[in-house]
Amino acid sequence: MTNSWTDIKNTDLVVIMGGNAAEAHPCGFKWVTEAKANRGAKLIVIDPRFTRSASVSDLYAPIRQGTDIAFLLGLINHCIQNDKVQWDYLKAFTNATYVVKEGFTYQDGLFSGYNEAKRDYDKSSWDYDIGTDGFAVVDATLANPRCVWNLLKKHVAVYTPEMVERICGTPKDRFLKVAAMVAETSSPTKAMTSMYALGWTQHSKGSQNIRAMAMLQLVLGNIGIRGGGMNALRGHSNIQGLTDLGLMSNLLPGYLTLPTEKEVDLAAYMSTRGFKPLRPNQMSYWQNYRKFFVSFQKSMWGNAATPENDFAYNYLPKLDLPGYDLLRAFELMHQGKMNGYFCQGFNPLQAAPNKKKVIESLSKLKYLVIMDPLDTETGRFWENHGPYNDVDPSQIQTEVYQLPSTCFAEDDGSLVNSGRWLQWHWAGGTPPGEAKRDTWIMAQLYLRLKELYTKEGGAFADPIVKLNWPYADPGDPKAEELAQEINGRALARVTDTADPTKVLAEAGKLLPGFAALRDDGSTSCGCWIYSGCFNENGNNMARRDTTDPDETGAYSKWAFSWPANRRILYNRASADLTGKAWDPSRKVIEWDGTKWSGYDVPDILPTAKPDQVGPFIMNPEGVSRLFTRGMMRDGPFPAHYEPFESPIANPIAPKVRGNPAARVFEGDMAQFAESASREFPYAATSYRLTEHFHFWTKHVIVNAVMQPEFFVEISEQLAAEKGITKGGWVRVWSKRGSVVAKAMVTKRIRPLTCDGKTVHIVGIPLHWGFTGAAKKGFGPNMLTPFVGDANIETPEYKAFLVNIEPIAGPVA
Amino acid sequence: MNIDLSRRAFLQTAGAGLAGTTLGALGFGDSEAAHAAAIRAFKLANATETRNTCPYCSVACGIILYSKGDLRKGEPAEITHIEGDTDHPTNRGTLCPKGSALLGFVKSPTRLQHPMIRKPGSDKFEPISWEDALGRIARLMKDDRDKNFVATNNDGVTVNRWITTGFLAASASTNETAFATYKVVRSAGMLVFDNQARV
Repeated sequence: MTNSWTDIKNTDLVVIMGGNAAEAHPCGFKWVTEAKANRGAKLIVIDPRFTRSASVSDLYAPIRQGTDIAFLLGLINHCIQNDKVQWDYLKAFTNATYVVKEGFTYQDGLFSGYNEAKRDYDKSSWDYDIGTDGFAVVDATLANPRCVWNLLKKHVAVYTPEMVERICGTPKDRFLKVAAMVAETSSPTKAMTSMYALGWTQHSKGSQNIRAMAMLQLVLGNIGIRGGGMNALRGHSNIQGLTDLGLMSNLLPGYLTLPTEKEVDLAAYMSTRGFKPLRPNQMSYWQNYRKFFVSFQKSMWGNAATPENDFAYNYLPKLDLPGYDLLRAFELMHQGKMNGYFCQGFNPLQAAPNKKKVIESLSKLKYLVIMDPLDTETGRFWENHGPYNDVDPSQIQTEVYQLPSTCFAEDDGSLVNSGRWLQWHWAGGTPPGEAKRDTWIMAQLYLRLKELYTKEGGAFADPIVKLNWPYADPGDPKAEELAQEINGRALARVTDTADPTKVLAEAGKLLPGFAALRDDGSTSCGCWIYSGCFNENGNNMARRDTTDPDETGAYSKWAFSWPANRRILYNRASADLTGKAWDPSRKVIEWDGTKWSGYDVPDILPTAKPDQVGPFIMNPEGVSRLFTRGMMRDGPFPAHYEPFESPIANPIAPKVRGNPAARVFEGDMAQFAESASREFPYAATSYRLTEHFHFWTKHVIVNAVMQPEFFVEISEQLAAEKGITKGGWVRVWSKRGSVVAKAMVTKRIRPLTCDGKTVHIVGIPLHWGFTGAAKKGFGPNMLTPFVGDANIETPEYKAFLVNIEPIAGPVA
Repeated sequence: MNIDLSRRAFLQTAGAGLAGTTLGALGFGDSEAAHAAAIRAFKLANATETRNTCPYCSVACGIILYSKGDLRKGEPAEITHIEGDTDHPTNRGTLCPKGSALLGFVKSPTRLQHPMIRKPGSDKFEPISWEDALGRIARLMKDDRDKNFVATNNDGVTVNRWITTGFLAASASTNETAFATYKVVRSAGMLVFDNQARV
């Protein structure tokens, strides 16, 4: 989230699209209710199902899953056509005025540089014209036909209300009502917030779904302000934190990236990460990258990271591929190229697509280690559970270790909520049986590995035996010790670069924040964006002061919000070019002639002049990007692509199947149903219920009683067509698997008309498996396709094709 | 009756021990005091309260754990009740149908209690000690790493990677667990590394 849960009360219009906050984030949704009740805010819900969020909305618009980009670009087109643009914001704070190189084109669904064999682009034409002064060329008049604004206008022109209806199935009059309400927030005194979740990410173009809304918000001037923003409602309690800390194949903590094998040394690595400003006077904050990187290396390898060895640069593994994500891991397993796998609180047999492939993959491992508080399906993938897990244990040679870990109630530490608040919590209970904290388990494994390498030697032992492990009890690091390591420490006295007489931190002291980081090895810091969370003032994540001056919703003394305790990202954009708030009633920070100050920590150098330094300080442009240059794999603008399994061909580019830049493994494409398949005519989607949390709460008796068994949800029309009765049994199958369920026949799902064809939707909730207190059941992942988003490989769980038929009764 | 009683103090003073004098002071007569004295104290009055956050979705509602026994005093502690934290700015004491049943998660019959091993081809889990399990896992890791570690690529560039063992990290573990995990996984050279944010 750019903003926080409590900030939602400041909005005028909430758009819930790609999520269902009322059911999946109920206690956060109450801030929507608050805004409706106290400000007269309106709520729009756009969803294939009439959800509980929709049930309290002011306007509901149905949409076919997987067509969000067409809808959102239709909204941008509407704003452009009707002059509903916050022009001053757009011209000053986005790259609308930037001139794009000759050679960039978009035609028939493809951008310039496409290579069909590689399913990839040569992105060299997706860039700005760079002038002789080394800066990007801009045209403040927006007259240049090649400036971003004019290219965008042209790009979105095809998404007329008629085309939106044709692709999305949203009736034109309903779309226009949505567009009119959204467009009103182009006023500097109106704010719209976007609340989205996995309904946007779980598509083969998930990243571009989100970009499309971010672009709309920029056109409307709704980023950086109270009650505005792009608010990702993360699915779990700490996937924000795990991502911030870089627990992904290609990441280092704080959104630094792991080297590729083309970067042979630190100098080569830094050469593409210098982030020279693209316009005069811009902060381009990533210019400090080397400080963050070196400080991270010092936290990893301490005294073994020296200037002479490039701060242990070669202790880091180097990537040969963009990343070894979850899908690639299972693909490699399936090919027999992996031997061991660890699952720490993650249940991929339930959570990954195409369950049959996942079972086959796990069966090829030599060893599998499960660390979990609960008895997961993954831990028992080798056990026969009839149709729910139809395997023969004697044929599976994988050695499986099931290690009991503690849960939240038995562990101290911090979690990061969706609004980037790092909140500390304390253990209140003794763990059951022999369950242990994950920190203990990891430390114990590490110490044994270190001992083996110390005794026996082996493949490149240095990074293991020299790992910095400075804990009072090396076998059981304390949460406070790790939190301090993440915050960072001065290894030598750190002084102010502008005034060396001013000491920022004495040697051995905790750093006040990331501004004190240095690139000479004199500081260590596990994750620069968290620096300040646990400094000499104490554990700021444990703060519980509810003070909120003027009730802005900031709660600046409650816990710690990264970065630098900032509550609203890009908050400089809440003020105009003179530094005054666009809307006086929504002031966040303002310029007093010499500095920025206000309710929040300024997201800008406090002395940066408002007419010179742009608000998007992480970008070398200083402005936000409507056109992303070569930073996305599938295009600098979003474009509508159908899901890989789609009930119709792409109306604007009939020859393009799926997202043309999405990675598809050999063998998986053959397992996709063809477009407009007669064999698999229905558009399926997965979702969760308010009574359950993923695959955890089926272990809780109360929740298992509330929603005891698997079902699928279909419309009355489809039920009538297929002779399916309410509560009757059905079989649902895709090209990859088959499930049996009770049918819930509802008015919440209705058929849509897309491209002249009736499209029926089948809803498949995801909470059941074969362990726990609920009845055994199938999930959608028996059926889902094995393909991910082109940029970050999140699987396409939300849009695929199935068939359905009534059956006599359960086969189990 | 303008007495500024904290919630906790109220729970305690409403208990039987002080009932006579306190309730008398509050204007109750003898019969009410005798009646109050006969009522058992609220169990929560003697419980240890611990601040925590809900482990489910990312709203991260504040919760209070009530336990018998206090971990901070070195005692074993059994959680007996969980409720919303009324001081928390986001949820202000409310919880959803999942959060309201958190106690059932802590005490789920399918919580894992002991390390287990499933041997190749077997149809059951068998108990194993922590010591044996950790020792064997470390050995499996080292053997696989030593055998399959890639120190240089075909061009002779140092790459120091290990891709035959992978690690999937969680979605609800703490930042501190995440960082400890990161250090162990990355220092071993693992690239097949992901977390639940991916899906």
